[in-house]
Amino acid sequence: MTADLALIWPELILTIGGLVTLMLGTFLGDRQVGLYQLAALLTLGAAAVAVVALFGTHATVFSNTLSVDAFGGFAKLIIYGASAVSILVAPRFFTTGMRAEYPVLILFAALGMGIMASARDLMTLYVGLELNSLAAYVLASFMRTDERSSEAGLKYFVLGALASGMLLYGISLLYGFAGSTDFATIATRVGGELNIGLIFGIVFVLAGLGFKVSAVPFHMWTPDVYEGAPTPVTAFFASAPKVAAMALMTRVVVDAMGPAVGAWQQIVIFLALASIILGAVGAIGQKNIKRLLAYSSINNVGFMLIGLAAGTQLGVQAVLTYLLVYVVTTLGAFLVVLQLRDADGNQIESIPALAGLSERRPGLAAAMAVFMYSLAGIPPLFGFWPKYLAFQAAVNANLVPLAVAGIVASVIGAYYYIMIIKTMYFDDKSEVEISGGGNIVEGTIMTVSALWLSIVGYLFIPMLGAASAAAAAVLF
Amino acid sequence: MISVGHYLAVSAVLFTLGVLGIFINRKNIIVILMAIELILLAVNINLVAFSAALGDLVGQVFSMFVLTVAAGEAAIGLAILVIYFRGRGTIAVDDANRMKG
Repeated sequence: MTADLALIWPELILTIGGLVTLMLGTFLGDRQVGLYQLAALLTLGAAAVAVVALFGTHATVFSNTLSVDAFGGFAKLIIYGASAVSILVAPRFFTTGMRAEYPVLILFAALGMGIMASARDLMTLYVGLELNSLAAYVLASFMRTDERSSEAGLKYFVLGALASGMLLYGISLLYGFAGSTDFATIATRVGGELNIGLIFGIVFVLAGLGFKVSAVPFHMWTPDVYEGAPTPVTAFFASAPKVAAMALMTRVVVDAMGPAVGAWQQIVIFLALASIILGAVGAIGQKNIKRLLAYSSINNVGFMLIGLAAGTQLGVQAVLTYLLVYVVTTLGAFLVVLQLRDADGNQIESIPALAGLSERRPGLAAAMAVFMYSLAGIPPLFGFWPKYLAFQAAVNANLVPLAVAGIVASVIGAYYYIMIIKTMYFDDKSEVEISGGGNIVEGTIMTVSALWLSIVGYLFIPMLGAASAAAAAVLF
Repeated sequence: MISVGHYLAVSAVLFTLGVLGIFINRKNIIVILMAIELILLAVNINLVAFSAALGDLVGQVFSMFVLTVAAGEAAIGLAILVIYFRGRGTIAVDDANRMKG
């Protein structure tokens, strides 16, 4: 037991850091936001260091309920990074003063997501997922006096609770018919003959996880929640929980349901196709940039699911690479959205107001153009690379029609990304005056991510390939 | 003799009622919270029934976790509902339509 504790340092650090920040907030009040922010960032940094130190370890702890391995480590590093960015950008957004709860909730959500990424038992899966979700519901309704924010929180709560209910029902069936909550034991049972109970269990578990990654047909909460939640929170939702849920889904599919390929593969293929197509079509005609980015995230989840549908090591590698590139791009795009304020300091979310941005803020427009082209997967931007990997994995796994459908749908998707660029560069200047003056930290993050997504990213392919291969190898 | 099948049938009925309660109900968000509790209850019946049938304690431990999380979930749900009501003055499902598209 004591030896196990040494292997879960990242989780311990996050727990202690979160509790300390909470105590500080309780005793010092909302004035010292800078202090809480610093404490939360230090905690995330320390946890990331602990993850790196454990990267080579491959062990299961606490009666086989958690797995400490490179796969979880890879996902956790992305999760902690995205959480840190959403803490960094918050104080400027909450002009009335950020409350102490914000960094604390992000830390607890990050803890839950870390457990999700390492879970190898249905029980840890559920507890980690709920720890993340409960913090997320509160974050969505964080601006208490704002009607849209509280409505977003309410919708997220109701649909999220329904999703956990379905997931849990599936878990109970899997437990009953496989006789265990351990992934490895479940895998041996589903390898034999599948009875109706096991099939129902697999379907319900995948449906519940589909909700969490916002795959079609379980996506209906995404646009509303993304639009209503405060923008730093939306940036958080679009990045870190996606990584955790996708990592969890990969582990469940490969580790627990691996031998029952026939049962899960068609579900994942359906989710992938539906997400890509509906994500692309639904985004057309959207006037709110946060809503548009919500559809874009649905669309991108579809491409990740193509990699997962292959079910091979190459496919998992594609998923991991895709997650990293997607998180960098999405965070960059939301940072651009955060910069858009009119002369009175109000946030601008409407797309037509972006017209003429290239003249007012050329740097910002260029960064947004890079992010949009990268989300669309247009070479030579780096967003192309993970899409290519996912298609390659699908083709190697004899899923050629799926890859072809994905490529066709990505062309439809390119339409609305390019529409934004057209609005910024070629439309007549809008009435709305977008005020200048950025913040050095946000500017640096945007510049670095935009540069990384342009040609520079390709220099990292050997490193990224080695890391994702090491992570994916754990599952096979 | 009551077998596992009977428990499964009851829990399936409760689960269906819970899901329908979320989708069909058009009046009141409190009813949705009750429907969610119904779903979790159905799961707990499943877990305990399987646990007894398999002679394995894990299911009962799991149902304790579910109970605990359900309590937290209900607390957060009610808290969100309160701030929603403060801003809007209503908790009718059909009025939750500030965002559309």
